Amino acid sequence: MEHKAETREGLPYLDGYAPQSGVSDELFDATGRMRPVWQPFVDAFTGLSRAEIAGRFERGNQYLRDAGVYFRQYSNEPLQEREWPLSHVPVVLHETEWETICAGLAQRADLLEAVMADLYGPGRLVAEGHLPVDLVAESDHWLLPMVGVPPAGGHYLHVLAFEIGRSPDGSWFVLGDRTQAPSGAGFALENRMATSRMFPESFSNDRIHRLAGFFNDFRGALDRLATGPDGQPRRTGILTPGPANDAYFEHTYIARYLGLMLLEGEDLTVQNGQAMVRTIEGPEPVGALWRRIDGQFADPLEFDPDSRIGTPGLMESVATGNLALANALGSGVLEARAMMAFLPRISRVLTGKPLSIPNIATWWCGAAKERDYVRANAGRMVIGPAGAVDLPFDWSSASVVAGTLRDTARGSLDELLATEGATLVGQEAVNLSTTPAWVGDGDTGALRPSPMTVRVFATRTPEGWRFMKGGYARIGPEGDAAALAMQRGGTVADVWIAADAPVPQPTLDAAPATFRRQRSGTLPSRAADNLFWLGRYMERCEDLIRLVRAYHLRLATMEGPDDPRLKLILNYTAPFGADATQAMPDALLARLSAAQDCASKIRDRFSMDGWHALRDLSQTMREMQGTTRPGDDAARAMSVLLRKITGFNGLVHENMYRFAGWRFLSLGRAIERADGLVAMLATFTDEAAPAGALDVAVEVADSVMTHQRRYRVNTNRETVVDLLALDADNPRAVLFQIAELERLAAGLPKATEVGRPGPLLRQILPLKARLEVADPADITPEVFAGLRAEFAAISGQIALTYLR
Amino acid sequence: MLYDVKLRIAYAYTSPSDKTRLVVRLLPNTIPGTQDVLSRLLTFDPVPAERRERVDFFGNTMTTAVWHHPMQALTIDLAARFDRKPQPKLLDFSPPVGAIGAEIASRRSLASYAPQHFTAASRRAGPDPSMTAFARDHIGPEMTTFQAIEAIGRALYTEMRFDASATDVGTPAQEAFANRHGVCQDFSHVMISCLRGVGIPAGYVSGFLRTLPPPGQPRLEGADAMHAWVRAWAGNELGWIEYDPTNAQFAGGDYVTVAWGRDYDDVSPVRGAVRAAGGQTSTQAVDVIPIGA
Repeated sequence: MEHKAETREGLPYLDGYAPQSGVSDELFDATGRMRPVWQPFVDAFTGLSRAEIAGRFERGNQYLRDAGVYFRQYSNEPLQEREWPLSHVPVVLHETEWETICAGLAQRADLLEAVMADLYGPGRLVAEGHLPVDLVAESDHWLLPMVGVPPAGGHYLHVLAFEIGRSPDGSWFVLGDRTQAPSGAGFALENRMATSRMFPESFSNDRIHRLAGFFNDFRGALDRLATGPDGQPRRTGILTPGPANDAYFEHTYIARYLGLMLLEGEDLTVQNGQAMVRTIEGPEPVGALWRRIDGQFADPLEFDPDSRIGTPGLMESVATGNLALANALGSGVLEARAMMAFLPRISRVLTGKPLSIPNIATWWCGAAKERDYVRANAGRMVIGPAGAVDLPFDWSSASVVAGTLRDTARGSLDELLATEGATLVGQEAVNLSTTPAWVGDGDTGALRPSPMTVRVFATRTPEGWRFMKGGYARIGPEGDAAALAMQRGGTVADVWIAADAPVPQPTLDAAPATFRRQRSGTLPSRAADNLFWLGRYMERCEDLIRLVRAYHLRLATMEGPDDPRLKLILNYTAPFGADATQAMPDALLARLSAAQDCASKIRDRFSMDGWHALRDLSQTMREMQGTTRPGDDAARAMSVLLRKITGFNGLVHENMYRFAGWRFLSLGRAIERADGLVAMLATFTDEAAPAGALDVAVEVADSVMTHQRRYRVNTNRETVVDLLALDADNPRAVLFQIAELERLAAGLPKATEVGRPGPLLRQILPLKARLEVADPADITPEVFAGLRAEFAAISGQIALTYLR
Repeated sequence: MLYDVKLRIAYAYTSPSDKTRLVVRLLPNTIPGTQDVLSRLLTFDPVPAERRERVDFFGNTMTTAVWHHPMQALTIDLAARFDRKPQPKLLDFSPPVGAIGAEIASRRSLASYAPQHFTAASRRAGPDPSMTAFARDHIGPEMTTFQAIEAIGRALYTEMRFDASATDVGTPAQEAFANRHGVCQDFSHVMISCLRGVGIPAGYVSGFLRTLPPPGQPRLEGADAMHAWVRAWAGNELGWIEYDPTNAQFAGGDYVTVAWGRDYDDVSPVRGAVRAAGGQTSTQAVDVIPIGA
């Protein structure tokens, strides 16, 4: 093999790559020689033209956009989503180095477990003075109800993440432990999907470790935890705080990837100490949950009473040993910044050994000697609340009170340390290593040394801690080690663990025997509820669009706004809060927004295409809102919206697998359409309705051509009621939709009871029979009113039978 | 002194409450040397589908009751017989109020009685600058911790007006203090905030007060419902002592304890999760009758 360039001399994109002195660089060693582990990637990358690089990066971005990867930015705006901030160039580490890191972190993981067991058990560390009492007692994350409660399965910690960085001397250190609800494993997987599309040649010889093995291990661990005392498998799931959480995308992604149910607090109920998921088939026992909700919010009856995202009784199911959580409630206490000050000593006390990977040097200011040290060295420290749990580079101005990240007058710092010392810690301001990141674009783009930390993931297995062979790196701007936080503009890169020889290729499909495919068809009730209402809201949108179009079509041709037909439409839509005179009624945006809200709660069950179609619809409405004028212009706009909404319906109804979720979506649509038709007919076929009202009804019901073909006369009350209420073949007829309700209901669980129709069918069948034998003349205004009451009863019965 | 306690809490729901789950802290426990519980019976009507008793971190008995079917109304009854032990007069062995911090720091335990659980702000009680300033104005460096506790409690009694209609169960301590009125819960939260503000560990006690006073003495506020008062830590020697700011007295032989914790949220007699469309109304009736007095 030809000897490749070992230094940056002459390498494209690396001309100006100049690591700062005094820090480590991932790509070049201290003598300026390229580290061999990078060689294959650098060879491939530097062989690309600028145009090719731009094309590769775009391929990665496109993948992430198509996959819908986003990052929730906390801000005042509700639910703002930001594009995933991918730094396209990976970080490459050699497997031997990685193994050393993981061995050190396994020791740390065991130590954290031991500390956890002590803090919720005998309390020896505090009694012997290895940890200050206040630090534990005053922590919001030390949860009193967990004291003395042994964890189901025997361990508190099952999944951990560590934020690590490299010191100037080349060794690694821990910046923070993520023990409460470590996030990022799913994002690591997404980053990998993107990099494998950008740099396929790097993966072609199997020298880069895959991530799937970790997920197999994790899935297996969760299944074992879920196994009941009788050996029976119980369900597993991810317990998420919901769509407002910054990592919600990750929760939905991992739920899909691992085939786990994505559950919110509302999905669970506790019966006789057993946590159950509410499904449309009734409650089913849950044995283990990957908990992504902070402990304080998990159960309003035993923790924060104001929590709206918890499950009443969850703590009881933990206390009775019936529910294993990965990780146990209360594990957030280990994340307190001050813990770092004591772990080195605790390691020697509990295990007799020092930590093999040190953590960031930390001093608790509640002790005189340490306080003095911090005071004397404040210039190279970050000083903040002892109990804060955010990572050093996520520190906000609120969690940094003094030191290098914030100007503080000396006097006030001294006073602060003297009076509030016990609530403060100082942490050494660290120099992180740098790694190449692509900076600039066009002809100026180049690789630049940028500071980074790496997040490492671990899961407990019977064979010990297993680590993800990869992870993700957070990258800051060149020269600014403080801006690694994603919330503040940092980016994220894939981490490649490179091997010298081909590595085995696990995938999730070739999983070990512990992997079980979830029984299909058990739909959580909350998801069914949201699908049902998504169907209803979308139909309400369509209904309103048609009415508004009918109004504006006539506005251009009629005498003026006083035309009785126009007034009829206005009066009919007004009670729904809609103002049909608006070219783009606010009520329409509100209805769509309600539909989007439902869809956002079921992102794990809703296709990306469907989600994009909804977004597109909403964007179009917003764009039209400013520019559309009443009259023809508005009518045309409504026609555009109708085509788009039909596109959405097509996506859903053509492509969605006919499992229970589709049935609830369709039930919602059918019941809304039947109800909308009846409401309209009641008004537009009333004797008091003006001339031409019947034509409006037929038009809004999209049945003009059919009416002409079937009756060959102008509209009259009988023909309109016949076509829009009693026709079994017209999809825009009440009877058709009731027959649809029957078909859908018959496919649901509990549809029959010992061979006879179940409660929902018993509501639908008589209604259908009555309309099948009715004549148009039988359908009086009173009948319409009665029908609406029956639809409300059917809706109520759906809720009672399946959504409770 | 023997007491018979009867408590009834009744709820009426405007629409049927479904899947009701309550955590109830009403069953009293024996406290060695202070009170013996001779009998205790907690009943629910309708009878819950599930019922379980556990002991919480502070040693209080928690009863979990669950109903699987909708109900329109709920009644909770407690009947208990206490033997309240006569208490020796408290002798002030407490450290100067300025030295309490050192005594706290000497304790190395996470047990429920450790003063460190009661020093920092909890959900419902401070420290809070305005209450701390008030507390500082009423103590002096010459005082012992015991004297400081009494001084602050008395000052609040003088300053605050008992008003059963001015606050509700959710009123924050700051608000009750700013308006200088409230019920026993507010008096207690304010006193706890004041004590914590000057470095004295303080917690919340829920229990009962004798309904009718001994002959010749006035009827006390809070006797017609569950009562609340303050438990404060007066140093290693004296430990926890109890003071009732609503009536400006140490909690003596007329008081029986049900539960204690950092503030109301730790001892709420009834904490519930109810699925109901409408609201609820509740009533409470208490009788605390001395036997053979």
